[in-house]
Amino acid sequence: MAADPARTATLRDAVGLGVAVGLYGVAFGAAAAGAGLDTWQALAMSALMFTGASQFALVGVLGSGGGALAAVGSALLLGTRNTVYGVRLAPLLAPRGLLRRAGAAHWVIDETTAMAVAAPDRELGRLAFWVTGATIYLGWNVTTVVGSLGAAGLGDTAQAALDAVVPAAFLALLWPRLQRKASEAAVQRRVALAGAVVALALTPFVPAGVQVVLAVVAVALAGRPRPGPAAREAAA
Amino acid sequence: MSTGTLWTVVLAGALGCYLLKFAGLSVPAAWVEHPWVTRVVEFVPAALLAALIAVQAATSGHDLVLDGRLVALAVAALALALRAPFVVVLLLAGAAGALVHVVTG
Repeated sequence: MAADPARTATLRDAVGLGVAVGLYGVAFGAAAAGAGLDTWQALAMSALMFTGASQFALVGVLGSGGGALAAVGSALLLGTRNTVYGVRLAPLLAPRGLLRRAGAAHWVIDETTAMAVAAPDRELGRLAFWVTGATIYLGWNVTTVVGSLGAAGLGDTAQAALDAVVPAAFLALLWPRLQRKASEAAVQRRVALAGAVVALALTPFVPAGVQVVLAVVAVALAGRPRPGPAAREAAA
Repeated sequence: MSTGTLWTVVLAGALGCYLLKFAGLSVPAAWVEHPWVTRVVEFVPAALLAALIAVQAATSGHDLVLDGRLVALAVAALALALRAPFVVVLLLAGAAGALVHVVTG
């Protein structure tokens, strides 16, 4: 139904998120320019890689003097979470045929997954995925070019503002998971805290970007299956 | 790093990241039904987002750094607690980051 308020809300959120993510695109374009990538290379990353954290990781490693393998490796390590997202989205999207699956795969990222999974039903989930994907893809690529071209003219203050926006945006994505009405909010909070602490603790010792992946792996291993209380009682 | 090497890094990274996405949509459903996988998928985003927030707000290279980004993060948390819309949260955080930069020079 076109006038369905849930549908309208989904469309509004998807477009709003696309606009907001555009802010990152400027930051990415500027970061890429700072790392020595020209505008075509920055645009190729946004158009072909199209997964923000991996893109930031790659130019971050290049910018801090890292080698080609470390740069690609950190992008891939961060890209593994899109595999997890794809596993989660596969039953919801159920893309028919190789071509449609290949197309859908390109847009499997943090934001489209969050929007699709949060939608109240499957049909709205698919709508959220495609609309969020389309608006972000468009905005992300346009603003990457803007950031790359504008980087030369960007003052320190604007750069400081952009640096501050990125963690704030991730916090906004995390926030709803920690609220009391979320499922297992207490566990989510412990997991989030553990992820942050492990990542900070590893920061001095591992290549840039790798601590994030190791933090997730550590938390996943900590949650590995163990005999529950019932099984222990049965054994006793 | 030469232009050719940069292009190789860009394209190899892009291809690899795409294949990781494609693999997710292509693995058998049976893998998904494993209870541990379901559990991990449920909680990976919280761990990942929190790790990214910590690293992007409080580190620079291999160092822990306290600067305007952390102030901006606190401002963002306050705005979120007051149920501000996403874009407003980002604008306030950006303004806070810029302000701290100007004040601390």
